[in-house]
Amino acid sequence: MDIQVTNLTKVFGHKVVLKDVNLTIQPNTIYGLLGRNGAGKSTLFNLLTNRLNPTSGNVLVDGQLNKNHDQALGRMYLMSEANLYPPRSRVSEVFELTETLYGQFDQQLAKQLCQQFDLDPRVRVNKLSTGYRSIMKLIVALAVDVDFVFLDEPTLGLDANHRELFYQLLIENYSQRPRTFVISTHLIEEIANMVERVFVLQNGQLTVDDSTEAILAQSYAITGPKADVTAYTAGTNIIGQDQLGHLYVDYVYGPLIADRPIPDTVTVDHIDLQKLFVTLTSQKGGADAI
Amino acid sequence: MQFNFDSTEPLYLQVADQLEDAIFVATFVEGEQVPSTTEISKQFHINPATVLKGMNILVENGLIEKRRGLGMFVTHGAREKIQEKRRQEFYEQYVVNLVLEAQKLAINESTILEMVKRGFKIT
Repeated sequence: MDIQVTNLTKVFGHKVVLKDVNLTIQPNTIYGLLGRNGAGKSTLFNLLTNRLNPTSGNVLVDGQLNKNHDQALGRMYLMSEANLYPPRSRVSEVFELTETLYGQFDQQLAKQLCQQFDLDPRVRVNKLSTGYRSIMKLIVALAVDVDFVFLDEPTLGLDANHRELFYQLLIENYSQRPRTFVISTHLIEEIANMVERVFVLQNGQLTVDDSTEAILAQSYAITGPKADVTAYTAGTNIIGQDQLGHLYVDYVYGPLIADRPIPDTVTVDHIDLQKLFVTLTSQKGGADAI
Repeated sequence: MQFNFDSTEPLYLQVADQLEDAIFVATFVEGEQVPSTTEISKQFHINPATVLKGMNILVENGLIEKRRGLGMFVTHGAREKIQEKRRQEFYEQYVVNLVLEAQKLAINESTILEMVKRGFKIT
């Protein structure tokens, strides 16, 4: 079972939120969906799960349109900031409601997770703090038996200990019952080694769609005196630069020119996912900046 | 085990290196079980597929073996294999670089040999 997104565009009023997005979501893979605020991440999630209808383009689940396709939509779960549960209901009632809606829900796991997170299932949803509301939704996301779990800012309001616990539980859960997770978060460093593939949305357009390994293999920081660095990086895809005194850094995303010798004064390093993302999506980024 | 996430080396190779090193220094002894993919993934927040890819390198090199239904175990003779491999790498990684650096510093052959002898005395 896979999800194919073709030429997906969503317009709200005059604002183009997603523009001609094409991507495929494979089974049993952990994805990171990265993008700055307003890049269109939540809109994409809502279109995938048919909470919104696209302006144009399609979302196909195993080749069939997801629109009103209950069987396909029943294989997906979206955890988002939206509070869709009756505010007066208790946490345990939310679990029951999910079981009724989705058919399959691991009540025992939910109970165990509540204990691990120290969440009392008898508490009413509207009495939960922001952090615990996230925790409740995370527990639902891990206990519901679906093939695609979309997590929109799953760690919102969670303290460091609870985030750590969540990442451990996610991996354990994924190992026991492999399925696809798509995680959007601003805490890139924390998920960088967990995600197998990465999507980057920039102003509504998909600019990166590759395996984490391949992305990191072609992300470089070239450091040295400005003249030597710029001579070495000429003709490559420069996505940003930094200057520290006389030391100059060009960030390159893409292949370097293989047969060009590296000057003695210049060092070539790899950068991590967070640095790549920040450089790629910062306003001043781009070859013509500074 | 420790992972240096800023390293320029792909993560699965780091996993393989760390496991190999742990066997070499006898953190995991021959015949003993190594942590499962899930345990390593969980502890270091690394994708299980990445950990598995790293572990498979050790399987290919005959350092660990799968026992059906039980998990991965350090093979007999694993430590010796690692030692053998590292001795082969010693020349390329250390000796060649030593000579290159010495040439930059205008240190001649007999002086290097002298230094090596001195190094042996203090350890």
